[in-house]
Amino acid sequence: MPPVIQLTDLSKHYESGFQALKGVNLTINKGEIFALLGPNGAGKTTLIGIVCGLVKASGGTVLVDGHDNVRDYRAARSRIGLVPQELACDMFETVLATVNLSRGLFGKPRNNVLVEQLLRDLSLWDKRNETTNSLSGGMKRRLMIAKALAHEPDILFLDEPTAGVDVSLRQNMWEMVRRLRERGVTIILTTHYIEEAEEMADRIGVINQGEIILVDNKQALMDRLGTKQLSISLQHPLSALPEALQGFNLNLKDEGLTLVYSFDHQQEQTGIAELLKALAREGLEFRDLHSSQSSLEEIFVDLVQGENGTAGSAS
Amino acid sequence: MNLYAIRAIYSYEMARTFRTLMQSIASPVIATSLYFVVFGAAIGSRMTEIDGIPYGAFIIPGLIMLLLLNESISNASFGIYMPRFTGTIYEVLSAPVSPAEMVIGYVGAAATKSVILGLLVLLTARLFVAYEIQHPVFMLGFLVLTAVNFSLFGFIIGIWAEGFEKLQIIPMMIIMPLTFLGGTFYSITMLPPLWQTVTLFNPVVYLISGFRWSFYGTSDVPVGISLVMSLLFLGLCLVVLRWIFKTGYKLKP
Ligand SMILES: Nc1ncnc2c1ncn2[C@@H]1O[C@H](COP(=O)(O)OP(=O)(O)O)[C@@H](O)[C@H]1O
Ligand SMILES: [Mg+2]
Repeated sequence: MPPVIQLTDLSKHYESGFQALKGVNLTINKGEIFALLGPNGAGKTTLIGIVCGLVKASGGTVLVDGHDNVRDYRAARSRIGLVPQELACDMFETVLATVNLSRGLFGKPRNNVLVEQLLRDLSLWDKRNETTNSLSGGMKRRLMIAKALAHEPDILFLDEPTAGVDVSLRQNMWEMVRRLRERGVTIILTTHYIEEAEEMADRIGVINQGEIILVDNKQALMDRLGTKQLSISLQHPLSALPEALQGFNLNLKDEGLTLVYSFDHQQEQTGIAELLKALAREGLEFRDLHSSQSSLEEIFVDLVQGENGTAGSAS
Repeated sequence: MNLYAIRAIYSYEMARTFRTLMQSIASPVIATSLYFVVFGAAIGSRMTEIDGIPYGAFIIPGLIMLLLLNESISNASFGIYMPRFTGTIYEVLSAPVSPAEMVIGYVGAAATKSVILGLLVLLTARLFVAYEIQHPVFMLGFLVLTAVNFSLFGFIIGIWAEGFEKLQIIPMMIIMPLTFLGGTFYSITMLPPLWQTVTLFNPVVYLISGFRWSFYGTSDVPVGISLVMSLLFLGLCLVVLRWIFKTGYKLKP
């Protein structure tokens, strides 16, 4: 697939002296869903800001569909739609007026049919004549999406689209993102939830402290990062790990009340069945089971350790 | 040229104006009428003529300039400050819109509104006094030029301001005193010689004087100088705006 966005050696020093991006190189392919995954403060919003023309780069270049986003900003920007992280609406304007403004700003004539379809798709058509301050948070988020899509962009940036969004709306949003992708729109979303990246993306880039640590296909990345943990809450506390359980990758926590089993969920044999049998043989009763993905922080520790071959330098 | 964008910004801003039309029109019209009642009727009964012009008619050009300055600055500064404040400015800044297009849209709308109000007050004044306009074309041109100048100035304030207080402070602390001391209610030839010289450093004097010339053909300073001063101010605002967009001052970190 041809590249649609190319970042070369992109860096950003804010006036405070803080360096938010440290020589980022990144290629986004046409038609893909790319997730930029990283903790708060990693530089995700800064990166998007530079591509969209909201933040000045300190160094490096951005090509959008081959157009330099500074010298040839009209061509570059007209391809992009942006849904920013913060909800920002003109309180006293109607939904319809703000969406029409968005389309006009991007140099497109009014198109009532298109705007109606867009608002219907996002369940906002009934609200078209209401002012934006009467909308709920979820509706405002959808309005921001409608505004971003009003000029029919080829590239859509979604900066933390699910922050503060409830589960059903999140599902709707993901469905919409998939529909857009089917129409050939390239989508770049940022998140700090690994589950979200995993659910949606074709490729994932991990960013930390202004640096892209790795970029990979989702599957390849999940294989690399695929440690899961199973927490077993015991009925009675253990003072030490019994002999028969020593062979498993187990830790005792909560003063002996919780057993934590770490395993690789990509493997055929996770070892859970064996563990549970062993627990039964030992006569250990448990109240609850709970499995979880490694947290992003743990993954960063792993990644940075893996790269440097040293321990404890992740933060 | 992204004409759709200019039109989109302009009509969006004008819609905001028309939505609040009653407040927009009522308060300046009432305020100006009060000036006529207080200054025109009360003082005018004791001070019947200046430069051979009845006092009520004499103050009209100055009152309209006063209104034009205040309205232009507050409309334009508010127009760009609000999107900065609410965050919606991200959209204009990420759109394929050049700085010039953005300024034309915002400043054009602000200036349009103040020109409309200026003309409305001019009509209202007709209810109180009979006046003549000797040079109507110049009058209209000067009205538009002043509205554009001070809308540009207001736009700059709206980018510079970090809070609503700062938005008010320049109109209150600088523009108000300058307009009151700028010869709205008197001719500067009525001042002692020293104060006449001091007054010439007040740029608003040139505006009011030039505008009054278009009405009655008399002025405190030659009308050519008024025009030159206005054009210099226009140039200055454009230079400042160019710098703002070049450096991204308060718009792009
Ligand atoms: N305007 C600014 N001035 C100074 N520092 C900033 C500015 N904007 C962001 N930063 C800093 O840059 C870093 C990256 O921020 P951001 O790009 O918003 O991260 P993310 O979106 O990944 O959470 C943070 O440490 C943040 O404090
Ligand atoms: Mg962010």
